[in-house]
Amino acid sequence: METILVLAHTETDGLLAKAALEALGAAKTLGGTLIVGLVGENVQSSANSIASCGAAKFLGVTGPDFGQARYATDAAAAEAICKAAGATVVIAPATSRWNRVLAGVAHRLGGRADTHVTAITAANGVVSVNRWYYRQRMEAVLQRTQRPWVIALEAGCCEAWKGSAGSTTVEAVAVSLTDASKQTTVTGIRAPAADQQTIRPDAKLLLVAGAGWTKTQPDGKTHTDDAEKLILGFLRLTQASLGSSKSLVDLSGEGQAVLPFMSHLHQIGQTGATPRHPKGLSTCCHGEEPHTVGWRFVNERRAIDLNPNCGWARGKADVLYVADAFAVMTKLNELLATKK
Amino acid sequence: MSTAYQIVVCGSIVPDPLQTLEPVAGPTGPALKNEMMLPAVLDPWAGHALFEAAHLAKGAPGSKVWLASLGPKAKLQQVMMTVAQKVPFELVALDGPAGGFTEAADVAAALADAINAIPGLDKKRLLVFGGWESASRGAGATMQIVGERLGIANQFQGVDKLTVATDGSLEILERIEGGKHQVSKCAAPPAVLGWATGNLPEPPNNPQVGMMNMRVVMPALQRAKPAKVAAEGVKFASVTLPKQQRDTKIVKDVPPDEIAKEIAAWIAKD
Repeated sequence: METILVLAHTETDGLLAKAALEALGAAKTLGGTLIVGLVGENVQSSANSIASCGAAKFLGVTGPDFGQARYATDAAAAEAICKAAGATVVIAPATSRWNRVLAGVAHRLGGRADTHVTAITAANGVVSVNRWYYRQRMEAVLQRTQRPWVIALEAGCCEAWKGSAGSTTVEAVAVSLTDASKQTTVTGIRAPAADQQTIRPDAKLLLVAGAGWTKTQPDGKTHTDDAEKLILGFLRLTQASLGSSKSLVDLSGEGQAVLPFMSHLHQIGQTGATPRHPKGLSTCCHGEEPHTVGWRFVNERRAIDLNPNCGWARGKADVLYVADAFAVMTKLNELLATKK
Repeated sequence: MSTAYQIVVCGSIVPDPLQTLEPVAGPTGPALKNEMMLPAVLDPWAGHALFEAAHLAKGAPGSKVWLASLGPKAKLQQVMMTVAQKVPFELVALDGPAGGFTEAADVAAALADAINAIPGLDKKRLLVFGGWESASRGAGATMQIVGERLGIANQFQGVDKLTVATDGSLEILERIEGGKHQVSKCAAPPAVLGWATGNLPEPPNNPQVGMMNMRVVMPALQRAKPAKVAAEGVKFASVTLPKQQRDTKIVKDVPPDEIAKEIAAWIAKD
């Protein structure tokens, strides 16, 4: 019987992210003894929000030093909670904050970590995880003998725990920090202005823009200004998230004035993100299998492309519209604006 | 204040991303079909780390860059013929498997030992760079464990920018959720930085740099120590390629406004 620790941190509002509730939901399916460990400036509200989850106990590391996402303090907090819980399996949401520290924490505990896990199951008391290798190109199911086993669960892969809030007692776990632990200070978050933010992980729709938007059009000219208006207009009307093919962001990186709002943060695929959205619409994308893996986790997919054999679409999308994306997106934006 | 950094970049080799990859069962666990025959490249994010390291070293006189790389010697040599032409570095080679199904902890142990064995290493000037994830295992675990083994508590992952302030402190931008960056100030080295894409384009080939590098690359490959890297304690129940081939409906010769209507209806549908 495993002792399962769900390890979560609070967000800036003091509550738990959806990914943390998904980790809790996954842990509940495994059976075993459940313990919840929380890290943050103050964790009582978070603990109360999941008070009815059935945890045998709630452990917490709190204080101003644990309000910021910093390796030294987060690793110390996670290590202390794992030791206090005596956990054999630790399940944590794969947030950027936990992804930064979990492998290091597993090393300190003499265990092992598996990250980017997309499923956790238990059969006959044996825990298995699914994760992808070679940039989402092959999927493995694996088990481990090493304990503690730290598992970072990707967001959007499991049902979030749902239950009523209540009141619970959080056992404080003491962590002593040295000056060396505070050599790094988080000074802020840098983000585009709210109206210019085009990466929206929670959006229902992902628009993928490819390099075709920057290519010469039938009139012999490029129309990147029009492309910019069409793409940003569509994002504004639908609140979709924006992704890009590698070729398009590479053009930006090479200093070409193409689509200035595109950066490597938008890239999906081989060396980019693998976002999870219910729907995806790709436009002017070209490429073969390695470059299409980025939208492997998008459920419903449609594509607009002049090439009916495009690797982004053929066999990968549900519907391929063989058409000029400039013309279609112009009409689509007009239609969406009317409906607004 | 200018610091002469000692920058060790950890980076290995991966199959060229355009190759078809197929898993097979090997004697010690899963492997890639014809793994030794597949053309290899320097891991993309490790490559960014190397270019950022060279850029930083160029602006900080007296700095030096090492590339600590674990892989089959023959493949390392093949990849170094290209990489060595990009930026100046000294190779620290380790002979062992570079596949994705090995343990990050084993790789990290071998790399940390190799870094500790670099003559004249001064941890007060040490920056350990690498990719935040590899394009093979893709775990984002190796760099953290290297840092732990070296006793480095300043660690950053998904780094896109490093700026050295006039007081010698480091301002670091790390990728976080939602297309944002967390900004941190690190008082001083040592630090571990797992790089994402960074900001620099791939440098053009420079034959002079290549000749200079290769003078030390070949001896480094010859004295590469074997590294014990495996996956003990892991049982792979299966390793499979995704089979999800979709039955794509092709819509041709339809006016744009009709397509727009169909897409708008699809978007609106819950």
